Amino acid sequence: MRIKADTHLCVGSGQCVLTEPAVFDQDEDGIVALLTDHLDDQSAAQARHAVILCPSRALSILQE
Amino acid sequence: MTKNVADIGELTGLQLPVERGCPFDPPDAYERLREQAPINKIRLASGGEAWWVAGHEEARAVLVDGRFSSDKRKDGFPLFTLDAATLRQLRSQPPLMLGMDGAEHSAARRAVIGEFTVRRLAALRPRIQDIVDHFIDDMLATDQRPVDLVQALSLPVPSLVICELLGVPYTDHDFFQSRTTMMVSRTSLEERQRAFAELRAYIDDLITRKESEPGDDLLSRQIARQRQEGTLDHASLVSLAFLLLTAGHETTANMISLGVVGLLTHPEQLAAVKADPDRTPMAVEELLRYFTIADGVTSRLATEDVQIGGVGIKAGEGIIVSMLSANWDPAAFVDPGELDVERGARHHLAFGFGPHQCLGQNLARMELQIVFDTLFRRIPTLGLAAPAEDLPFKTDAVIYGVHELPVTW
Ligand code: HEM
Ligand code: SF4
Repeated sequence: MRIKADTHLCVGSGQCVLTEPAVFDQDEDGIVALLTDHLDDQSAAQARHAVILCPSRALSILQE
Repeated sequence: MTKNVADIGELTGLQLPVERGCPFDPPDAYERLREQAPINKIRLASGGEAWWVAGHEEARAVLVDGRFSSDKRKDGFPLFTLDAATLRQLRSQPPLMLGMDGAEHSAARRAVIGEFTVRRLAALRPRIQDIVDHFIDDMLATDQRPVDLVQALSLPVPSLVICELLGVPYTDHDFFQSRTTMMVSRTSLEERQRAFAELRAYIDDLITRKESEPGDDLLSRQIARQRQEGTLDHASLVSLAFLLLTAGHETTANMISLGVVGLLTHPEQLAAVKADPDRTPMAVEELLRYFTIADGVTSRLATEDVQIGGVGIKAGEGIIVSMLSANWDPAAFVDPGELDVERGARHHLAFGFGPHQCLGQNLARMELQIVFDTLFRRIPTLGLAAPAEDLPFKTDAVIYGVHELPVTW
């Protein structure tokens, strides 16, 4: 699975980092930064959850 | 299909905020409204009308939609939570991020989110643990029973955490804590206003001091940041500091108190948490959902005509998103009336949704986790000193909580 993070939409809530720290990080300014965009199955399930939780709809699934 | 006020008969004139039942359950009217439709029109006690968003999915859709404004100064904003005096004050001061929209909001929020990242907050954890231990030491050192947990723990912990964030020097902690407590206590209006004025003057002076002698704190970094951009705006920093205080103090304090009540009145849930502290983060999420203490602060004003949740909302109409109703929506949470610390559901809206979703949410989470873990570990026999239903709940306040919480052990 591949995932996309829109840094313009991100409002720095940190929900994604709480959900899957192996995939999502925040930069110094609090904006989302992807640690990897190719996810294994376990991370993919968590990342899907992060997409739902993200309050600004900044995360999307590019490819299943 | 658009429902109009005449359609909802008995629900017109809903007095907001509405008294909760039982004392934990949402008001009965919430369920009736939600069953009727996810978005209804209601008549406010103030006389005006507003849309009432009751469903979880619809609440998320509204809060993420940029066509709804957060600017409480606009005509037509459904202002049931603000009195005329507060509104005048709001209009006389620089706007806060809470009331901004679009690019202006984004710029204001982006200036500070770096202070609230998960990683930066983790670095604060040992300090918060010290603060919590300090107040529990004091509780254990007294022979007095019962102890009012609101005064002994719930109010002072978030007050000192905000001191830490803002860089309030140690020698001023007592002053800061006593005034913040006064500001949210059941004292006279004059006393609360005096505490408010004293705190505002203090913060103003604190920022002036940091302008010449910066420290390692949020305010000093904001000063440096603004200087770098060539615009040191003293008044906006005073407003920011005050926003963090007013948004982060009473909310967290009330959630500490109610969380303790929730766990003590559900002993099997408390036992599960005590048995495995790894369950605490999920217990905190469930308590946030169950109590949804800031219900109703998420009001908006439509700036365009919007079709949403089966209704047509017109530009200029007010809309109240009930997070409590959304968080008890059976379509989103199975058996929403059950407090279940193992529910594992983080999609609640207790911190809002959309671009304004609580800036301090991960700080609040950490404070709550540390408080519940430490309190029940160090005082395992803690219990209520009065029946839960007799506690003085804040039925008339915007942020739900208890005025007093007598505990013993
Ligand atoms: C359990 C405790 C808390 C609850 C339930 C809570 C709830 C909320 C909610 C519902 C909103 C969204 C308002 C809206 O959409 O109009 C919000 C926004 C905000 N909260 Fe919290 N909050 C809590 C703790 C804190 C703390 C500890 C801080 C900071 C120290 C804080 C700072 C803020 C700020 C600055 C905003 C405005 C964000 C923006 O407009 O972008 N809150 N909070
Ligand atoms: S959950 Fe969304 S808004 Fe929050 S930090 Fe991640 S990408 Fe940004």
